[in-house]
Amino acid sequence: MSVEILMPALSPTMEEGNLAKWLVKEGDTVSAGDVIAEIETDKATMEVEAVDEGVVGKIVVEEGAQNVKVNTVIAVLIEEGESADDIKVDTSAPAASEEPKQENPEESGPSEQEQPSVPAAPVFEAKADSEIPEGTEMVSTTVREALRDAMAEEMRADGDVFVMGEEVAEYQGAYKVTQGLLQEFGAKRVIDTPITEHGFAGLGVGAAFAGLKPIVEFMTFNFAMQAIDQIINSAAKTHYMSGGQVTSPIVFRGPNGPAARVGAQHSQDFSAWYAHIPGLIVVSPYSAADAKGLLKSAIRNPNPVVFLENELLYGQSFDVPKLADWTVPLGKAKVVREGADVTIVSHSMGMRYATEATEKLVESGIDVELIDLRTLRPLDMPTVVESVKKTGRCVTVEEGWPQGSIGSEIAARLMDEAFDYLDAPVMRVTGKDVPMPYAANLEKLALPSAKEVIEAVNAVTYRQV
Amino acid sequence: MPKKTDAAAKASTKGNMPAFTKEEELYAYKEMLLIRRFEEKAGQMYGMGLIGGFCHLYIGQEAVVTGVHMASKKGDASITGYRDHGHMLIVGLDPKAVMAELTGRKGGLSKGKGGSMHMFSNEERFYGGNGIVGAQVSLGTGLAFAAKYREEDTVSLTYFGDGAANQGQVYESFNMAKLWNLPVVYIIENNKYAMGTSLERAASTTDLSKRGESFGIPGEQVDGMDVRMVRDAAERAIQHAREGNGPYILEMLTYRYRGHSMSDPAKYRSKDEVQSMRSERDPIEQVKARLLENEWATEEELKDMDKDVRAIVSEAADFATNDPEPDADELYTEITV
Repeated sequence: MSVEILMPALSPTMEEGNLAKWLVKEGDTVSAGDVIAEIETDKATMEVEAVDEGVVGKIVVEEGAQNVKVNTVIAVLIEEGESADDIKVDTSAPAASEEPKQENPEESGPSEQEQPSVPAAPVFEAKADSEIPEGTEMVSTTVREALRDAMAEEMRADGDVFVMGEEVAEYQGAYKVTQGLLQEFGAKRVIDTPITEHGFAGLGVGAAFAGLKPIVEFMTFNFAMQAIDQIINSAAKTHYMSGGQVTSPIVFRGPNGPAARVGAQHSQDFSAWYAHIPGLIVVSPYSAADAKGLLKSAIRNPNPVVFLENELLYGQSFDVPKLADWTVPLGKAKVVREGADVTIVSHSMGMRYATEATEKLVESGIDVELIDLRTLRPLDMPTVVESVKKTGRCVTVEEGWPQGSIGSEIAARLMDEAFDYLDAPVMRVTGKDVPMPYAANLEKLALPSAKEVIEAVNAVTYRQV
Repeated sequence: MPKKTDAAAKASTKGNMPAFTKEEELYAYKEMLLIRRFEEKAGQMYGMGLIGGFCHLYIGQEAVVTGVHMASKKGDASITGYRDHGHMLIVGLDPKAVMAELTGRKGGLSKGKGGSMHMFSNEERFYGGNGIVGAQVSLGTGLAFAAKYREEDTVSLTYFGDGAANQGQVYESFNMAKLWNLPVVYIIENNKYAMGTSLERAASTTDLSKRGESFGIPGEQVDGMDVRMVRDAAERAIQHAREGNGPYILEMLTYRYRGHSMSDPAKYRSKDEVQSMRSERDPIEQVKARLLENEWATEEELKDMDKDVRAIVSEAADFATNDPEPDADELYTEITV
């Protein structure tokens, strides 16, 4: 049986090349892997290897031929004993870039036919918050304690859950979030790591591939930059790249966002960075009840979750319902205050500015609707859109930088989904577009404030103050 | 040659050539041949435009995965970088599904959504197919962490190249693996070139088996072109890890015949270097010579075996050529669970 040797493509973009040199002649015996010719393009010279053993029956394209189209038959191999005379080659019709399976258009291989249009992205439907039964005792709890309680409850319920990170065990947590966990669960499940973010993030993802449910604490998300490759390239993408086989049930958590007087490298908000990535779930709560309920949901979720806390909120107390299993659904925003005049959308520390501004605005007669996003991916746009349809105005508040911010995304999505309902441009209140300065006065200027939120609301409601 | 053998159990083979039985020689021959022919076909299909993007062939390195696999047991996990076709074939993944992934088709191992560098199998505990150089080392260490956490007696076989050996996270992983005595065998496939940069031009010290020394991880250099030496060293290393002694490094001295990827003309090394490896050290030819010399197989039988392997590869190629592309609806599936 004869085997046709085709002009190969050196790269996906190569369409033609020159046949620089034949290293065999008709009648030569070759085995698989022997270099038989050299071809040239404007970029490179490449050797052509025989892929089968046999005898060179016929050289179809002579040495020195220019602009030979990819997939043209350049030679024919025959088996020993076969005659070269039997070879019939259609040299007039180089296969060129035609793809072979076009012979079977029925079988829908890749073809020149038009691609069907892009299918619609699935709509994520978050569950509604569970009702808190009447008479439930509310316990004033710090965000710090709420996070610890969430981890402890999930670790009690599932032996595959463990927590690892720098200073999480014996030191009881750099910010004391893991306080008491070592004592209850032991060193096997509460693991102090070396200072090695890239390594332990990857190790955590590998453990998650194998079925464990790691909680990886970053002392702060500033240091997670060392590990962002593992978070994005390994944790977020492997489920898709494996055709749905491999999952990464891991939680990366720790304080995110500006802290106090620590300078540019330790004071920044990564919300928008992670919210950009398909395959991740990104959570950034404000209140203690949400912190607890969302962290429990995150630990149970089979996807990689980036859980962005805030150092300055750790010590703030909120009411948390005293329930055996309090969870909050991922992907669901919370309408904190209903109102008719303007929608303020925020999350995490931004909620502190937004809440303070709301109180003052309400006092001055503006009926504010305040939404805490809580989850940043998937983003609960239905809740935001529904609100803006009512108020016609929207102000976003966050600590992150303005370009490509969560507020930018909300503004764009409102133009897509609620343009006809808007009575004013969407305004963003964000951190300033600068690395965080150290000096107290400059730091204050770099952060958003309740005053800026009030000014933005005045602007979108066209109020003269 | 083994340099250090902490796991003394197998040290008696030191100095002697570890021998294979007839069945082992025949197994190794057939498996290596399958990888070789599969990769030759993949190269050919790439040339025809059927395979897109990057395509890194394993030709020349077949003895490494074959010998290591012979020393492993069902349940052991494996993970590697982007030069991964051989690692999948050796654990028994269907050549049709692997080839169809290379062509980006519905029947591919990742339904066409991964490509040459991204294939996985929970069943065979193969965790990719990872495209970021060195990332698999942390991930593989995590697989070992899970085995220890669950008190399973499985080992993580974590493969990476001489190029990855210079990545920082490799040493972060070495540190944790020894600190916690995780059951992982680090298999460094030293094929001498990280893309176009020779080891000598990239590494301040070139004996990669010693890269674990400061962490207390034993290591040895192994003739990675001789499947018997590979299996022998791998048995030692795997036993060391399985028995709770922590990680072990095997530096496999091997060679890739082809360029780094299909679009690499490999101008950074001489033709003589490639030719001498092929003619003097070829892992498949070595086994073939022993099979004939011991009269464990005739030329005719080996030819028949080659025919069988070619048939498997042809079938894979046909499938991968004719299988449809994934449905458009697959675009948005499996992003999250």
